[in-house]
Amino acid sequence: MAQQSSSKRRMELDAPERFMLVVDHELCKKCKKCVNECSFRALEFVDGGVKPVGGCVACGRCINVCPAHCLEIRQVPSQFPAHANFNERVRRAIMSQASTGGVLLTSCGTDIGYPVMFDEMLLDAAQVTNPAIDPLREVVETTTFVGGRKGRLEVKENGRLYMEEDPAPMIAMDMPIMIGHISLGSVSYNAQKALFTAARQLNILAGSGEGGLHKDFHPFAPNVVSEIASGRFGVTGDYLKRTAAVEIKIGQGAKPGHGGHLPGEKVSALISQTRMIPLGTDALSPYPHHDIYSIEDLQQLLSVVKESTEYKVPVGVKIAAVHNIGAIASGIVRAGADFITIDGFRGGTGSTPRIIRDHVGLPIEVAISVVDQRLTKEGLRNRVTVFAGGSIRSSADMIKAIALGADAVMVCTAAMVAMGCRVCQQCHRGVCSWGIATQREELVSRLDPDVAATRVVRLFRSWNEELKEILGAMGIDSVESLVGNRDRLRYFGPNSKIAEIMGVKHVGEGWG
Amino acid sequence: MTTDIWGEKRSKEKTFDPATAVERRDGLVVIHADRRGEDGRLIHYKILNDIIRQTILEGSRHIVLEGVMGHRYIASTADRQDLYIEIHGTPGNNLGAFLDGPTIEVFGNAQDMTGNTMNAGRIVIHGNAWDVTGLAARGGTILIKGNTGYRVGIHMKEYCGTRPTLVVGGTAKDYLGEYMAGGTVVVLNLNGEVEDSPVGLRLGAGIHGGKIFVRGKVERHQLGPGATMNPVTGEDAPELEACISEFEKAFGLTVPRDWENYVKVGPASSRPFSGHYDPTSV
Repeated sequence: MAQQSSSKRRMELDAPERFMLVVDHELCKKCKKCVNECSFRALEFVDGGVKPVGGCVACGRCINVCPAHCLEIRQVPSQFPAHANFNERVRRAIMSQASTGGVLLTSCGTDIGYPVMFDEMLLDAAQVTNPAIDPLREVVETTTFVGGRKGRLEVKENGRLYMEEDPAPMIAMDMPIMIGHISLGSVSYNAQKALFTAARQLNILAGSGEGGLHKDFHPFAPNVVSEIASGRFGVTGDYLKRTAAVEIKIGQGAKPGHGGHLPGEKVSALISQTRMIPLGTDALSPYPHHDIYSIEDLQQLLSVVKESTEYKVPVGVKIAAVHNIGAIASGIVRAGADFITIDGFRGGTGSTPRIIRDHVGLPIEVAISVVDQRLTKEGLRNRVTVFAGGSIRSSADMIKAIALGADAVMVCTAAMVAMGCRVCQQCHRGVCSWGIATQREELVSRLDPDVAATRVVRLFRSWNEELKEILGAMGIDSVESLVGNRDRLRYFGPNSKIAEIMGVKHVGEGWG
Repeated sequence: MTTDIWGEKRSKEKTFDPATAVERRDGLVVIHADRRGEDGRLIHYKILNDIIRQTILEGSRHIVLEGVMGHRYIASTADRQDLYIEIHGTPGNNLGAFLDGPTIEVFGNAQDMTGNTMNAGRIVIHGNAWDVTGLAARGGTILIKGNTGYRVGIHMKEYCGTRPTLVVGGTAKDYLGEYMAGGTVVVLNLNGEVEDSPVGLRLGAGIHGGKIFVRGKVERHQLGPGATMNPVTGEDAPELEACISEFEKAFGLTVPRDWENYVKVGPASSRPFSGHYDPTSV
């Protein structure tokens, strides 16, 4: 365990501190605000001054609340003898596990510097042979429809259009962004309220996560995608019928093949009631759904949910991107899903074993492309909406994800950062100093849901404007025309094999 | 004709008038699930369930389903407390999924996933109910006269005073009560000898709440991780008595009160994985 207070003395075999707070005692007003706000108890007020006592995680709360601007968090230079192979990260893990004997927990998305293919692709623009569009003066459509597309549209002799089958339920979002599934439990009441408020203001969807839907949030239900995860927390007929869409969660990018584990100390009365689970016990989501051992079983759960919702809402499936993603996605469409959400391995989480977060799955760029190509080849792509998530950090990532083959993106971490999160990767400890990933009332109250919602709204509006700028520059007047338009991407990285797998040409290759 | 995603040409399912399957007699509604369409196909579950929903909406509180042959998803999310559905034949998978109040009585066997994520209500089966019965149930009662299959009572949980109960007259297979977080499971072993074990392996694996009572022998090696085993004491008798008398009433049977032949399986801890993880972010 990291040192949490001065009463707990450092063991001589523990790893050295990673961050150190430096206080300018001349400027310090001795208001103790930083000490009181530090939920990691890394600061104490001793002998008339603020003193760092270890355990700083660089969440930055103290700096933001300091009225005297006298604090600075310094990353402690490596105290380890240099070794490129047994690097500091590796040695710290060994030291910690030797002290605790536990499976290392972590949160957020992986911080290992794997290559990011989003950063190795360039977009096209219109020049001479097709005109660019000015999005500030002309219409560039970003409305995105979510749901299954069934059958064919036929033009009859009388000039009218006919559908071959009953049309499936559809949801229109104002932009190709969905706020991902962040459960009440992993985040606070105020954080979820902010996310739902933002979704409503933006007219987009937000995921409920697997923690049920609190009754106070029922007014947001038309913008909420309810989730059925293996723990079936809070899943009732009412929950399924009330919300805009239902998603069966098979996996999550940050922890493919792993269940959920909300530690008992986070299962407060609020969480117990919303999740409908016993107070104070560990909330365990089984690793698989025990009624799904095959695609045929998944088809049954999809069918029972469709029966339960009387075919009035889209029902989809979320899967983590894993090696055989193409075949799995194909099976999911054939099983009757109206939408598929693919979560890449860099995706975030409120808690996961680090071994899984850092070493399991597929990057989302490859997963989107493989799924899009496979479904297109099998004549299934037009039947579903594909959401892609797993570290969509910016509008550039969003645009490239859409060009690779996603209909819309699922964003979580960026929305959290908009609300105050600093990605310190301590969510699993439940003491988030920004009031986001915590259930402690004194911390939750630090997050103003209205302010946080406004910041999320501004972020996604700006992303949508940036999307329009790019679409206009490409001469595309609707985001739907960008979906799977890999010809407008060029690969500009070191690995042409990956470009080939993604179906993206190399920079320098033209149309012909 | 329409082309489905499998590429087969298949005629549309709605080839008969649903009204021909409904009969009203003696103040109750009888739905004949064994009626066939013009194409010779059995009535599809979508149509059957639609008829059931319509019948409930019209105010029927006693519905009889005759000739059920594997029709799936019957009565999912039905939520009227006073609704009684009588099923003759064999209902298919996911009978009474997300059930929230009604009583379903099956005069035959049930298939898999009966009472999936049930919230409240009562499911009585005068036969066997197979795998994954009572998955994630958080309330209500499931009574099975015969045997049940694998992974039954998985992740049953209780909260705020609601508790699920599952009573099996015969035997259960492996992984009974896995991940259980509340509620009561009783296995009565009525067709076997008390020297035999009516349950399989990995009993109560990962259990962190609730109880499993087994009438018969349970060896230590049959217990899953996190489960403990104790003899039934006087404290447990009222709860067991309540479960058993409900079972007797439902099926008109007599169950011996030989508490000495029962064992109680429960959780070693409500926090089975505390200590398993190292929360230090390194």
